[in-house]
Amino acid sequence: MSGLMVDAARCVGCKRCERACAFGGIVVEGRLARPTDACTLCGGCVEACPVDAIAIERDEAGEGSGRNLSAYRDIWVIAQVDAEGALLPVAFELVGKALELAKVRGCQVVAVLGEAGRAPRQAERLAATGVAEVIHTVDERLTHADAEVFAQWICALAEERRPEAMLFGATAFGRELAPRVAVRLQTGLTADCTALDIDPKTGALLQTRPAFGGNLMATIECPAHRPQMATVRPGVFAAPERVAAGAGTCVDLAAGIITQAPLAPEVAPRVAVLGIEPVTGGSIAQAERLVVVGRGIGSKKNLPLMERLAELLHAELGCTRPLVEAGWLDYAHQVGQTGAAVAPKLLVSIGVSGAIQHLAGIGGAETVVAINEDAAAPIFGVADYAVVGDAVEVVTELIAQLEVRD
Amino acid sequence: MHIVVCVKAVPSSTEVKMDPVTHTIVRDGRESVVNPFDAAALEVALAIKDERAATGEGCRVSVLSMGIPATEALLRDGIARGASDALLLSDRAFAGADTLATSYALSCGIRELGSASMSDAAASGASEHGEAAPGPSLPDLILCGKMAVDGDTAQIGPELAGLFDMPCVTDVRELVAIERDRVTVRHATDAGIELVEVPLPAVLTVAKDIAQPRMPSIAGVRAAAGAPVAVLSAVCVQADPARSGLAGSPTQVVRSFVPERSDTCEVLEGSVPQQAARIIALAEEAGL
Repeated sequence: MSGLMVDAARCVGCKRCERACAFGGIVVEGRLARPTDACTLCGGCVEACPVDAIAIERDEAGEGSGRNLSAYRDIWVIAQVDAEGALLPVAFELVGKALELAKVRGCQVVAVLGEAGRAPRQAERLAATGVAEVIHTVDERLTHADAEVFAQWICALAEERRPEAMLFGATAFGRELAPRVAVRLQTGLTADCTALDIDPKTGALLQTRPAFGGNLMATIECPAHRPQMATVRPGVFAAPERVAAGAGTCVDLAAGIITQAPLAPEVAPRVAVLGIEPVTGGSIAQAERLVVVGRGIGSKKNLPLMERLAELLHAELGCTRPLVEAGWLDYAHQVGQTGAAVAPKLLVSIGVSGAIQHLAGIGGAETVVAINEDAAAPIFGVADYAVVGDAVEVVTELIAQLEVRD
Repeated sequence: MHIVVCVKAVPSSTEVKMDPVTHTIVRDGRESVVNPFDAAALEVALAIKDERAATGEGCRVSVLSMGIPATEALLRDGIARGASDALLLSDRAFAGADTLATSYALSCGIRELGSASMSDAAASGASEHGEAAPGPSLPDLILCGKMAVDGDTAQIGPELAGLFDMPCVTDVRELVAIERDRVTVRHATDAGIELVEVPLPAVLTVAKDIAQPRMPSIAGVRAAAGAPVAVLSAVCVQADPARSGLAGSPTQVVRSFVPERSDTCEVLEGSVPQQAARIIALAEEAGL
């Protein structure tokens, strides 16, 4: 059986493991570390141990189910279209990242596009981004209402073609589709990666995401299973310009081939759509300018001030998770790992301390101005410009100057 | 009707403090609570149970979790709020599970809840479930929170649906209607709020604000004290060791680290009006 092993001969009882553990999963008694029932095998203590006395032993028999890893090759990007049938920007962002990884690994990038055929020439657009191939089909059943239909199509393709890695956009649809594919293929899936790297020799995908409540980053691997699967939030990676430009502008790129791969006739959707209320109003994910407020704005009565600033800057208003949890603003405003990932030209961050989970959502911002009282706030670690001062005082002055300007 | 609600114990605060010197996590004996998304899922199930009780129809609500032995108290609390029975999968063999191994363990627990012995126990305890089906039967509805506040992966619901080949609707904001063979819900999609209907059995994952969890009643707390909370090991639910816990988890954390701060940040000096003027200039550069 797998488990946490403590080498009694090496352990010096220094208690660093006990302090490092977030779960109370290891205790030191009589100068010897002992795992408890609370141990989740996260590996935190293994890293913390200065004398290498702790190891996680894995039951090798259970691993990989005898998969021949070398039979898997290439990186697949699963592309998604919007309600009108146009490719989502995240598809280009993923292609950009996949091309980088493929260069390191010495393999090809294949885009996978299943669509109901609402907008013409989406496959051609994808083929012009630098990918070697687009696997494509148009089928009425491939609406986004039923992720299972897509999962069956993609799994059939993956079983036949054996990609080494598959990347999905962490959209609402992608977050439903990817686990359904992973469970069918019985492989690993890492959600909401903020960085991806690849080992040129083994093809191991190094998937980095915030962990442990957002104060640590964890790098995750899927060593013995293929394909390796990851979802990535929209806006986390920048689409290379020539990729984003799409068809017609990339003279230096040979268009990839388009291969048609139909969906099996027996696959039947089970989710019936009875109606839809489209998203209305400005979306923080698409905003060019964004004001993001956190607990540091003091109290709810300061919120109208922040709204006024956003209005004068012609910006959308976003916020951190605690404000949503306190009921000050609703979830549509939440920026971060569990909210929206944003990519504005300018982000004015006010009274935001900068928990990793929040920072995970603002990586796509071009310029970040942070206003915070605490000069040591982590937000300044990602900001381009810092104002160390009182949020209300600075915002009041901003409003005064902007009102004069109008 | 049988509804299984999957819940996870999470730290009561997601704010993990780091020791700035050692870069290790500061633990202060924080208590565990039911993941708030899962608490909302339980409330949805209990509301269905109440509604069906009003029309004289039976509904069994089972609470299921995989976790350390102390999680039993949270499941008992679920019964105090109105759940019929509870099952805790607790075993070192489950430790270190990623989402694939977790969904597998939960699927074993869901089968166990449908076994004749557990169905009978719940029926005799609450005398509301219909005739026990011979052999394991699957629930009509599996409810999960959309995600856990500590993991944020949102994978368990869709993976469970995949394991049972059930339809799945994620991020459900409103349960519009439930009938014997189908359920109608509003859920958030990339295109907007969609009204969809799926046949039962199905898996739904719910948003946190779909329902306000009720408090346990005094009668409920009394009943929960002697209620059946089964605590079963991997062997008891016939979980394949190769698919459980660390051994059954394709993904591994190979490194964890505190992210480094960049030092490219320019501090805007000067008076507040000067600082404000600089910010406005930056906004103009950004198209204002």
